[in-house]
Parts: sequence; structure tokens; C-alpha cells
Amino acid sequence: MSSTFFKTIGIRLWTSALVLVGVSILIFCIARVIPGDPARIALGPNATQEQVELLRERLHLNESLPVQYFEFVRELFQGDLGVSLYTNRPVTTDIGDFLPATLELVVFAGILMVVIGIPLGVLAARYRDKLTDNVVRLLSLLGVVTPTFVWAVFLMLIFAFYLEILPVAGRLSQGVDPPPGVTGFYTIDALLAGQWSTFGNAFSHIILPATALALTGIGQTARLTRASVAETYDKPYVEMAQAYGFSDRRIASKYALRPAMIPSLTIMGLDFAAMLGGAFLVEAVFAWPGLARYGVETILHKDLNGIVGTVLVISAFFLIVNMLVDIAVAWLNPRIRLQKRWAG
Amino acid sequence: MVAILRSEAWYKFRRNPLSMVGLGLVTLIVLLAVFAPLVAPYPTHAGAFVDFVNASQPPSATNWFGTDLIGRDILSRIFFGYQVSLVLSVVVLVIAVPIGVGLGLVAGYFGGWIDYLIMRVTDVFLSIPPLVLAMAIMGFLEPTLLNAMMAVAVMWWPWYARLAYNLSRSESHEGYVLAAEVIGAPKWHVLVREVLPNCLPAVFTKITLDVGFVILIASSLSFLGLGVQPPTPDLGSMVAEGAQYLPDMWWMTVFPAFAILIAVLGFNLLGDGLRDALDQGR
Repeated sequence: MSSTFFKTIGIRLWTSALVLVGVSILIFCIARVIPGDPARIALGPNATQEQVELLRERLHLNESLPVQYFEFVRELFQGDLGVSLYTNRPVTTDIGDFLPATLELVVFAGILMVVIGIPLGVLAARYRDKLTDNVVRLLSLLGVVTPTFVWAVFLMLIFAFYLEILPVAGRLSQGVDPPPGVTGFYTIDALLAGQWSTFGNAFSHIILPATALALTGIGQTARLTRASVAETYDKPYVEMAQAYGFSDRRIASKYALRPAMIPSLTIMGLDFAAMLGGAFLVEAVFAWPGLARYGVETILHKDLNGIVGTVLVISAFFLIVNMLVDIAVAWLNPRIRLQKRWAG
Repeated sequence: MVAILRSEAWYKFRRNPLSMVGLGLVTLIVLLAVFAPLVAPYPTHAGAFVDFVNASQPPSATNWFGTDLIGRDILSRIFFGYQVSLVLSVVVLVIAVPIGVGLGLVAGYFGGWIDYLIMRVTDVFLSIPPLVLAMAIMGFLEPTLLNAMMAVAVMWWPWYARLAYNLSRSESHEGYVLAAEVIGAPKWHVLVREVLPNCLPAVFTKITLDVGFVILIASSLSFLGLGVQPPTPDLGSMVAEGAQYLPDMWWMTVFPAFAILIAVLGFNLLGDGLRDALDQGR
């Protein structure tokens, strides 16, 4: 590890922290500056003036904007995101309850994206302009241009309604008790508790939503991997490896793929994080009780604290993922990883 | 010179069958949208029309794509849905592109603290997942077509700022920019008359690609009930409405879903084809 490597990470951490402060200001502005009284909007037209006043007091809406922001950040640092006007519970409790379901979905979709998207891309690059390549390109194009909710509806129609091989909605079938909560991921919790039938049930429930969520990312990953692997195939070091008579498989995995992974990884990070947006659509279709569904409910109920909390948590996750990706890229790139202090 | 380059690009474009498919689809969709009142079998069904006798009918000779819960012809509503989608895309891009490109150019060309300020603000917008930002904005606004356009435009400009920033950063080290600066051209002149024109091909290619993606995002918003409201014909809301009656009344969902897919596909193929055709061996 070189000092450049840690310097890269240090700069990245600092920028992320700065951006997170920016995000909190942006969300705060969206919530407070948009015309109309948030308290009135939340309570609806039938609320009395006293009720509105009371809520304005609770949300610090009578203070000046900088004071409001200061209060908002102060409470944030105490781990307090206010009370949801929709569920009447602390927003942090709500998020704690709903986040694991969404994370489980997103993690599954992310795994699908990597284990399907990358091999497809490498395959297409290896057989460039052949039939395999054209099929992969067509499939990945379909993945990219089809909206996530359309995938969700189509998959549900085919596999749940017509073929009846996978469940229609939810995380578990009715009558199946959730496994004892350790991680909040039902599949992992069931495994930890040794409840095999619960695991099977949870797993069969996650397949369709995770696939629907992953398809856009799979398409993009395959396209990008294909492009960058195809480019590295033209590089001199790959020609050299071919001249040495190395096997196709070794060239594909060791010489062509590794440098090609650097640009792919950045985009995959973005795609993975963007799945949190897609989750809103998938959870709506499959009645998946996650944070995204909670987010839609808070939006439809004009629940100020709920919306702000949800968006903030999602953005934080988005930033963390992108930061991890940047660190992985820095580590994968020998120019950054191995650079000596005096060379930088 | 320009004419030759153009014809060469056109030749490249024409040789790729997928690009031509894209051009065909986009032409078809635009024509259907523009002439929707003329080509739709039942133009009155675009609005709050009710015909309970013919409600929830499967596809037939009179209604090729079937009818919805209150008896409106799905095919006609898809044509008018295209109209809404295209207007929305155009308005979003007309708002987002100049703002994004302007800010990106300034940041990339002038550098320094302006660069830092603009690009960090851009980062902030880009660090909220695309759909989530538009949703959060819609959360505090009434769900109308105009507000949906504003919300999508707010999430869209940063991508153009990024693009223009990268372009103007690399262009500002080119010889012609230095030449203009050396002969004493004012900075604004260099930016608008020298740097900007050389960024436009990439920007226009991205616009073509993005029309499809704006349709995708906007239909996602309305699918969640946060966009255009009934009775305005909107493809996303049509899918959402029909999805409640799956699998029995599949036509209410499947046809509008395909309509969205085809529109996004068309603009994507067209955009890809344009990019390849305009890319002069970079």
C-alpha cells in the first residue's frame, strides 16, 4: 500500500462528508422552501388552525430558516429524525424496521448484476461480432430500455400468474413466521436459525423482485464490460499473452478482464446505488414491505419528517457505496496502489 | 466541408440497421403523437370518457388493444399517452440542458473556486438516486404535469453539467482556444463562440438518448402515482391501473408497458446510432 492509496481514500472521505452536508441542505431546502405551509399540507384542508399552529411549533417552522436548519442538524446528530406524521412513530424506528427488507432486495439484485452481467459481457467480447455477441447485446439493450416497473409486472405475470412457480407478493407466505431477527435479512436469519423451510420460502419470495430490480443493471454491466474488455483485447499485453500461447480462458480472466474492470466497477457502483431508486417501483409491484414502500407512503401522505429521513438515509447509502467503489478502484489500479511517494 | 462530414455521418448512420430501426420507431412515435386526434380510432377516449357497456373488453376487431375499466379504447389512449410523454420530455430537456450545459461550461473553462462550487453542488444533486430526488420534490408539490416536469428537470440538469464540464475542460487546452485567447478575445467570447460549438455534437447525442430515459423516469413517477393524474392519458399510470387487475385483464397493463418500452428503445437506438455516426475516430 502506498501513501497515494491512502491519500486517495482520504480525499474521497472528505469529499463525501462535504457532499452529505450538501445533501442535507438540499433536502432541507426542498422540504422547507417549496411554496405552501408544510404543516398545512401534511394535515390536509380539514385541520383546524390550532392543529396547524401546534404542528408548526413542533417542526420549528416559526423560526428563521438558518435556525430551522441548525435545529434539524442538531436533532440529526442526536439520531433524531422527528416523528413520522404518517405512522406516528419516530422516523428512525420506521427506517430501522423497513430498511433491512430493502437492503436484502438490493444486495440480492447487486449479486445478480455482478454474477450475470460480467460473464455475459466477457462472453460477448470474446466472441465479438459473432452470434453470441449479438444475442448478448440485444438482451442487454432490452434490459436497459425496459423500465424496472415493466420488468416487475412482466415477471410477475409470467412466473407468478401463468407458470405459478414463484409467489406473487410479500417476503414470506402467510402463516410462515419471520425468522428470529439478527440481520433483518430473512434469508440469512433463517439460515442462521437453521430453519430450512423458512429459508426456502423467503428465497422463493425474493427471486422475482430481485431479478426485476437487477435487469437494468445486468444490461448495463454486460454492455460496459463488453466494451471495455473488447478494448483491452486490442492492447499489446494481450497480444503478447496470445503470442506466448496462453489459453483463451487465462487471457480472458487474467489479462483482458482485470484492467477492463476498472471502468466497469465505477458504473456498477452507480447502478447498484441507483437500485435504491428502482426499489421504489419493485416494492410497489411486489408489495415488498421495505423502506422504498414506506417512502412512497410518506410522500403520498405529505409526511415531512418521513420523506426527509428516507431520502437522507438513501443518499447516505448511495454515498457509502460510491465511496467503497472508489476505494476498490484505487486498489485495483496498480498506478494508484503501487505508486511510490516520490513518484506521485 | 460541413456538408461532406454530414453526408459521411449519414452514410455511417444508414449502414447500421439498428440505427435505422431506431429512426423508424422514433418517426412513427412522433407522427402518432402529433396526429393522435386524427389517427386514434376513438379520439374522445383521451379524456374523461365513460362507456360502461364496453368496459374491460379484451382485444377485439373494434378495440385492437381492448378497453379499460370505464370502456375507453387502450390503443387511442396510448397514442395520446405518447403525446403527453413527448411534450414532457421536450419541456424537461429544454429546461435542464441549457442550465446544465451553461454551468458545466463555466466550471470547466474558468476553473478555480467557480469550478469547485458548481461541481460540488452538482455532486450533491447526483448523490441522491435519480428517481428518489424527483419523488422527494413531487412529495411536496401537487401531482400535475407541470410539477412532474419541474421535478424531473431538477434531477436531470446535473448530468449535463458533468458532460459539459468534462468537454470544456478538455477543449480549453486545445490549440484553437489558446489561439483565440492569445489574440486577446474576451473570455466570454471564447467560451460561447469557440468552446460551446465544439461541445454541441456530444450534447445533442445525449439529448437524443435522454428523450427515451426522461420518458422512462416520468412514467416511473406516474406509475407510483406521483406524476400526471387522470384523466390525462399517461402510459405509466395506465400500467399501474391495469396492474391491479392482473392477470385477468392483462391487456390494460401489457400494451401500455410495451408502448413505453418501444419508445425508450427507439430513442436509444437512434441516439446510439447518432453517437457512432458523429464519432470521428476518437
